Amino acid sequence: MTVIERREVALVDLLDRLLAGGVVITGDITLRIADVDLVRIDLNALISSVNAQVPSPFDPLVPSRKELP
Amino acid sequence: MTGLRYVYAVCRPFGTPLQAQLAGVAGDPPRLLHHHGLVAVVSHVPERDFAEEPLRRHLEDLEWLTGTVRAHQSVIDALTVVTTPLPLRLGTVFRDDSGVRVMIEEREEGFRRTLDRLQDRVEWGVKVYAETAAPDRAEAAEAPAKPVSGRDYLRQRRQRVRSHEELWQQAEAFATRLHETLSGYAEDARLHAPQNPALSGASGQNILNAAYLVPRADSEEFVEMVDRTKDDIPGMRVELTGPWAAYSFAGEEQQP
Repeated sequence: MTVIERREVALVDLLDRLLAGGVVITGDITLRIADVDLVRIDLNALISSVNAQVPSPFDPLVPSRKELP
Repeated sequence: MTGLRYVYAVCRPFGTPLQAQLAGVAGDPPRLLHHHGLVAVVSHVPERDFAEEPLRRHLEDLEWLTGTVRAHQSVIDALTVVTTPLPLRLGTVFRDDSGVRVMIEEREEGFRRTLDRLQDRVEWGVKVYAETAAPDRAEAAEAPAKPVSGRDYLRQRRQRVRSHEELWQQAEAFATRLHETLSGYAEDARLHAPQNPALSGASGQNILNAAYLVPRADSEEFVEMVDRTKDDIPGMRVELTGPWAAYSFAGEEQQP
């Protein structure tokens, strides 16, 4: 494991924060799509259409994640 | 200049200028809009890309999204050097400066409270992966000959299932323990959904994807704490990202 290897920030880590984090403010442009799930579903569609062999990114990954605190 | 106003963050006024060569979303260097003792950090963006409909289309375009997300992040990063920004969700857009001012007036109390809470704090991301492939390989190495009977076959299958389950239990126990330890040290913690390898390109199953709010001054110790976990269990991989602006802790509804 390399814990502190500095490299370009991964897009997924950015998406976690920019699409699921940050203060939500309804601007003048009503951006219902700022809803993370929708955006992710769109990405999902995009990725599957690019490569059908890629498994759906949004299947439950961990059966028992709920049990985490 | 006309166009819409894309807002990255709200901060308290800061003395140090932002780094000069910052491009910003849509290539427009971020400007500071002072109002009521707060500062909105804003770019002017074209309607053709940032009005509701084009924005909706663009968000499905991974290339556009990547560029915009990175531009947004580079502004937040630059802000983090000179102050503690309160980052806004990607794609917060107003018609004009007066729309931004009205927003500040409506939310200023909440902004101040949150800015106080986040002052001199940063966010660290910690992810745990379980290398699910490892046990399969191990099994293959000691693989018995082809099952000779139906009973052998079932027995081998049961073993495989059991070792898979054991791995999961182990991974889960490890992730839970790590999360408890880090939460105990951090001021606050958030769990993000596990990342999908199709998007992240990472190997192994992401079983913990957490964010921790840590005072800047305690960050070194926090990083060391994460670092010490690395040899705990074979087959587990721990990844640290950060320091980030406190994206995951910016929501005002998130009270302790």
